[in-house]
Amino acid sequence: MSETLLDAKELSKRFGGVQALSEVGFSIRQGEIYGLIGPNGAGKTSLFNVLTGIYQPESGSVGFCGKSLLGLKPNQVAERGIARTFQNIRLFANLSALENVMIGRHVRTRAGVFGAIFRDAGTLAEERAIERRAVELLHYVGIADRANDLARHLPYGDQRRLEIARALATEPRLLALDEPAAGMNATETRELRTLLGGIRDDGTTILLIEHDMKLVMNLCDRVLVLDYGRKIAEAAAAEIQRDPKVIAAYLGGEVETAGAAKGTAQ
Amino acid sequence: MIAFFDTRKNPKLAWVGIALITLALLLLPFAAALVGTAWVRVLNFALLYIMLALGLNIVVGFAGLLDLGYIAFYAVGAYVYALLASPHFGLHWPFWVVLPIGAMVACLFGVLLGAPTLKLRGDYLAIVTLGFGEIIRIFLNNLNTPVNITNGPQGINLIDPFSFGSFSFSRNEKIAGIDFSGPQKYYFLLLAITVLIIVINVRLQNSRLGRAWEAIREDEVAAQAMGINTRNVKLLAFAMGASFAGVAGGMFSATQAFVSPESFGLFESIIVLSMVVLGGMGNIPGVILGAVLLTVFPEFLRYTMEPLQSQLFGRVIVAAETVRLLVFGIALVAVMLYRPAGLWPSEVRKRELTREDNGAAK
Repeated sequence: MSETLLDAKELSKRFGGVQALSEVGFSIRQGEIYGLIGPNGAGKTSLFNVLTGIYQPESGSVGFCGKSLLGLKPNQVAERGIARTFQNIRLFANLSALENVMIGRHVRTRAGVFGAIFRDAGTLAEERAIERRAVELLHYVGIADRANDLARHLPYGDQRRLEIARALATEPRLLALDEPAAGMNATETRELRTLLGGIRDDGTTILLIEHDMKLVMNLCDRVLVLDYGRKIAEAAAAEIQRDPKVIAAYLGGEVETAGAAKGTAQ
Repeated sequence: MIAFFDTRKNPKLAWVGIALITLALLLLPFAAALVGTAWVRVLNFALLYIMLALGLNIVVGFAGLLDLGYIAFYAVGAYVYALLASPHFGLHWPFWVVLPIGAMVACLFGVLLGAPTLKLRGDYLAIVTLGFGEIIRIFLNNLNTPVNITNGPQGINLIDPFSFGSFSFSRNEKIAGIDFSGPQKYYFLLLAITVLIIVINVRLQNSRLGRAWEAIREDEVAAQAMGINTRNVKLLAFAMGASFAGVAGGMFSATQAFVSPESFGLFESIIVLSMVVLGGMGNIPGVILGAVLLTVFPEFLRYTMEPLQSQLFGRVIVAAETVRLLVFGIALVAVMLYRPAGLWPSEVRKRELTREDNGAAK
């Protein structure tokens, strides 16, 4: 657990008058669960969108497996091996759960128009493999019994799981999850924790945005804290809880010792 | 209904069903001819519209890209055939050469329209495609000066019928003891091509590409984040849809022996779009149903409204044409109110799953 998987340097992104990110730098190591926390509007999702190619940063660099991600389209980023979920679930609502996951296989398969029309042996074999893998993934996240249900008919927690299965179908090296526990009850969150731990143990590195501090502290190896688009701390989960700047960002500037909290605007 | 044709689950019932439908389709032109030759032509138009509606269904139903200028590709196909197989340029190329050329030229126009509109969605895309459709029509109308290419508003006349050597599709003929009229021969050719297009559509929908189209329709941002190259896949949807229209256009040219720009107005685009929406967007059987209903039903009204009025009131009060459009409009409004997903909406495609899954899905 030492090799660097993703290396971001001095990323900045501005929307009109709002500096969403200013010179944020961090690195994620192979095999860890890396947390990303911060108050609402701190720039967490903006950072996600910059990493996955939805936004291009004004300055800074992102390296992934030693190659730059700058200028790539989201689909190219997915091809390189970063898969993501969305804060407000974005499933293919009118397709079945199974089809959602099968679409995740798109980037790792090849069949084109002629394969589709003539259905040669290669295409048929590929189709069977896509379906087999999709079923496996539904079992893996625990919703195989809902395979033929429309995605929009699934309960909320299952939709979150389906989004994870769909992302895993792209064979990512880094799985980026945007608030996967949002709206889940305690039981569901506990199950999610087991699932994410399992995914990490199976070899996929995870980047996790989360507001549920218990989940973050239990699961994450290291945590990056953003506030007003700036990095205010990056450390092991246990240390983060004691960091005065972090406490200040969450609870307000003057509560803790003024000296330690300087530079953190309220 | 679909289970009725499921050759895996219920082979006996399914084959009987398929046999009955095939028989009905084979006998249909003869039954129609008993009522009147005009009805055979109506059947041929229904088949042409099925091709068009299925092509548009790829763009609108699968990929979710609202296209209001679709008829332009039909026009391109029709004019390619008209120019290469008529006395206008003195070219008389055989149809099996011209039809693929027509499909390819239409396909090229599909990409031409698709490329600049890749970033547009919904209303904006609809307006651009509408403009594109009009541009093509106006070009066809005006390309008679300085060099006469399209013969302008007069259109192109005396277009060659389809023929294999001495076998012409337009002549009446006795084959194997049965009398075939020209339109009946065309019916069987159109039917064969329509079946081919249906098979291609079904296979496209149940493929990696079809899923990518549906993903873009459902959520373009998520589709791209899952690694789908949305630019290429959207262009492919435009290209495939356009090439089907190109084929249909060539067939239209040949069956009518005459084309002019006024056959390709905005109203035609809207009719084809109505077929897709009314039948059930994205569902192939639904789209076919929509195309058949919207072709046959207005004709039916045309033939019944005036006699009916004479019977009831002793004279014709409202002209058939007026009633036709009125009933047409009311029917559309009613369907949209009571069956907003169309007459035959798509169902969830259920796949047979076993625990170790042997890939036995349909």
